[in-house]
Amino acid sequence: MKRERPDVLIRLREELRAFLGGEQDALEERMTEGQVRPAAREAAAPDIEYRLMMENEALEAKRIAARLHEHNRREVSRAGRIVYCALCVMVCLMMITLLLYTMANLPAFGSADHPINNEVSARYIEKGLQETGAVNIVTGMILDYRAFDTLGESSVLFTAAMVVMLLLRMDADSQAYSPLARYVRRSQHADTFYEPHQDMIMQKTAKVLVPIVLLLGIYVVLNGHLSPGGGFSGGAIMGAALMIYVTAYGFDSIRRFFTYKTYQRIVLVALLTYAFSKCYSFYTGANGIHSVIPLGTPGAILSSGLILVLNICVGFIVTCTMYAFYAVFRKGEL
Amino acid sequence: MAFVQNFPFFCILLTLICAVVTSVLKGAAARRMTLFVILAVTVMTACVMGYTLATGESYVYLMGHFPAPWGNEIRAGVLETVTMLLFCFVMLFSFVGGLSRSVREIESSKYNIYCILVDLTLLSLLALVYTNDLFTAYVFIEINTIAAAGLVMIRQNGASLVAGVRYLIMNLLGSSLFLIGIVLLYTVTGHLLMANLQESVAALAATGQYRVPLVVTVALMSVGLAMKSALFPFDKWLPGAYSNSTPTGSAVLSSLVSKGYIFLLVKVYVRVIGFDVIVSLGICDVLFVCGAVGMVMGSLSAMRAKTTRMMVAYSSVAQIGYIFMAIGMGTEAGLVCALWHMLAHAATKSMLFIATSTLDEASGGTHLRRDLRGGFYRCPLPALAFTLGAVNLVGVPLCSVFITKVMMAEAAIGVGGRHMIVALVVLAISTVLNASYFLGTAVQLFIPQRGEQAAGTRFGSLTAISLIGFIALNLLLGLAPGGILAALTSGLAQFA
Amino acid sequence: MLQRLMTNYHETAAVILFCIGFSTMMLHKNLIKKIIGMDIMDTAVYLLLAAQGYIQGRTAPIVVDGVQSVEAYINPIPAGLVLTGIVVSVSVSALMLALAVRLYYRYHTLNLDEIIALAGKEEV
Repeated sequence: MKRERPDVLIRLREELRAFLGGEQDALEERMTEGQVRPAAREAAAPDIEYRLMMENEALEAKRIAARLHEHNRREVSRAGRIVYCALCVMVCLMMITLLLYTMANLPAFGSADHPINNEVSARYIEKGLQETGAVNIVTGMILDYRAFDTLGESSVLFTAAMVVMLLLRMDADSQAYSPLARYVRRSQHADTFYEPHQDMIMQKTAKVLVPIVLLLGIYVVLNGHLSPGGGFSGGAIMGAALMIYVTAYGFDSIRRFFTYKTYQRIVLVALLTYAFSKCYSFYTGANGIHSVIPLGTPGAILSSGLILVLNICVGFIVTCTMYAFYAVFRKGEL
Repeated sequence: MAFVQNFPFFCILLTLICAVVTSVLKGAAARRMTLFVILAVTVMTACVMGYTLATGESYVYLMGHFPAPWGNEIRAGVLETVTMLLFCFVMLFSFVGGLSRSVREIESSKYNIYCILVDLTLLSLLALVYTNDLFTAYVFIEINTIAAAGLVMIRQNGASLVAGVRYLIMNLLGSSLFLIGIVLLYTVTGHLLMANLQESVAALAATGQYRVPLVVTVALMSVGLAMKSALFPFDKWLPGAYSNSTPTGSAVLSSLVSKGYIFLLVKVYVRVIGFDVIVSLGICDVLFVCGAVGMVMGSLSAMRAKTTRMMVAYSSVAQIGYIFMAIGMGTEAGLVCALWHMLAHAATKSMLFIATSTLDEASGGTHLRRDLRGGFYRCPLPALAFTLGAVNLVGVPLCSVFITKVMMAEAAIGVGGRHMIVALVVLAISTVLNASYFLGTAVQLFIPQRGEQAAGTRFGSLTAISLIGFIALNLLLGLAPGGILAALTSGLAQFA
Repeated sequence: MLQRLMTNYHETAAVILFCIGFSTMMLHKNLIKKIIGMDIMDTAVYLLLAAQGYIQGRTAPIVVDGVQSVEAYINPIPAGLVLTGIVVSVSVSALMLALAVRLYYRYHTLNLDEIIALAGKEEV
């Protein structure tokens, strides 16, 4: 038993090496075929080579670990797993029965005398326009009547962004990360290993698409109080534009105007503006002071008081956060 | 409106703003900023507590220009402010006590993220304690969960990442269940603010309309929050999460994060559903049984633990069991007992974590018996703090947990019947078990180790300050419980 | 009961989706599948919430032509709550996925059981 294991592992390793070696050639061929500029190809070649090496090593380690693991607990875990699965299925069935029974006892769908159609929603609909200045009643509700929830919601996004940064943003020199992760972070092309880089079709499309998408995002943000949309949806659209840009042109291009510092500053300014303007409206509201912010003519772009400002702030936060998520997932750095 | 009444709102906004500003600061500046926030919040909370104690009643603070059923509100009363003040002190001492360790253990480029997470935990606790709106509570529960997950994973080694996954999966499931509960409750009542909800629920309970959704709501909310505060069957994520963080992280997670959920649960029971309705629905009995089993099982797991931190972490399961069993009594006395134990446990457990980590560091190992031996001669202050915490949790007279036990026994006798017998038996078993592992460990500290000079190991003066603070806090809770108990009782009366 | 479930068909669908998500999360070992299960669960809750606001024959709550009567629009509150909820669920999934990426970098596997076993070995 003890003598067999190393043999098995060595054989496995050799097989893997042979298998992966073949794949490496094919992949490299495919990669280089798609290249337009020879200079870019040459720049990428060592990167790709090193990345492949790292991936091979990683794969190998994974197979070995899995095999060892399988070996260790093949006999042990079967029964436990079956019990666990049976338990889960039972809990799930119980839950589905219980919840279905509950749903059958809820008020009928789509009826006007549903308990939630009470004086609360009536005031939002009947007086929302006068009290908040927003034509879109939902926007008026989340950014004025129930603004504290929405402030909390932006904080959730901020918290999550911070934890994601904690997990994924990495020092290329720190020993805390695996060599593969550090390599992806440091090298120029390792993150586009499976995609063509500096691809002509992509770049031309992006050139047309990015301005249009950005414009759409800005439109959605600015019209948040007039039509469906608002900071979150518009921000997500603008974030998508940044992602298209970086996919087509690479990180070096986007770093000319958008780095980690930019991200930090935009989020700082936007969140502080948000917090301070809410501070003002909560303070005046609670102390019975009349708010001096004009609501403007309903229906105009410059109307509805603070809602427009808040939408713009949220738009910035979401744009930056979405792009930051994308960048740290892909490369570990903005 | 008195200016002091603005303070809860100032606390919330100040923590948020400082957390945001900290994101661009580095190392020492971030640390100072966080310290400043915690101190400022402590002072402001003390002022509000003085105000609520002086007026003897609670008040509602509008978050915006619109009154009750339309806008958001927060509410501050005696119970909220007393709880929050103790949380602030625990937060302050934990943060100060773990400062030097945290600087060493956290990657320097991410130190500010750690400060932000501490800030945001404080923010979510403030909001959970003060909120008067169920959906706001949900949003801040999520902030709490995510920030706490960050604290679990802050050291970024394999074990803490795995602990983070388990923590997140259990906790997010809990939040989902809680959210379904809110949705069902909203569907049958049409309100989200607690005061209005209470009226509607009372009306529904009186007429018997929508009884099934109501029962399911209460069940889902209880299960959701029990999962998040690690009540017995859902406690598998707890030891890993508590024992793999930094000392501050462990202390905050064990004594504050789970307590925030318990406070919210009490709030939901008393302020939203109404405690009479809860008792009549029979949810209490389930909590009672789970709490009782948890008390025993947690202690049994703690006895098998290999490291001191693991033991302290497992004993949390037992202590959470105490709280839920007290809630499960279904009486006013039981609730007061649960709230008292929540505070007592928060003060004790964080002290234990800070003391343990200092002792472990002095001996250079984490093994339970071997590395603790002679700890008193290496560093006397943490050893004393550990002993005080251990004695406290065992429930020796003149300690805060002893008061819990007396109150719980009284409450059980007040209930009578089977509850009384079970509660008394479980209390006795749990005391014996606690004594066996905590005292056994504490005694090790005073056995001198042969062949080694008893030189005192130096630990930071900040740690010393925090340990002295903790010791004072615990002695205060143990020796002079009268004022706090009276405040809890009157606060609970205002609550409903 | 079946009749009422047919009337409340959105709610029924939400419950079924929720349980699909729940069982996906509990039964699969793969971390990514667990995350997908969690997302399905969240989405189911939002479907349940959004369905509550609908009223037969009324339109979205955006004031058109100055009409401001309750009879014209559906209930805006569930829509607002869902908006808030969606952002929360986006944050949570981003966090979980980041954790999955980090664990994959470290252990080269996404199987949670394996990860736990490997982490346990590492400790010893």
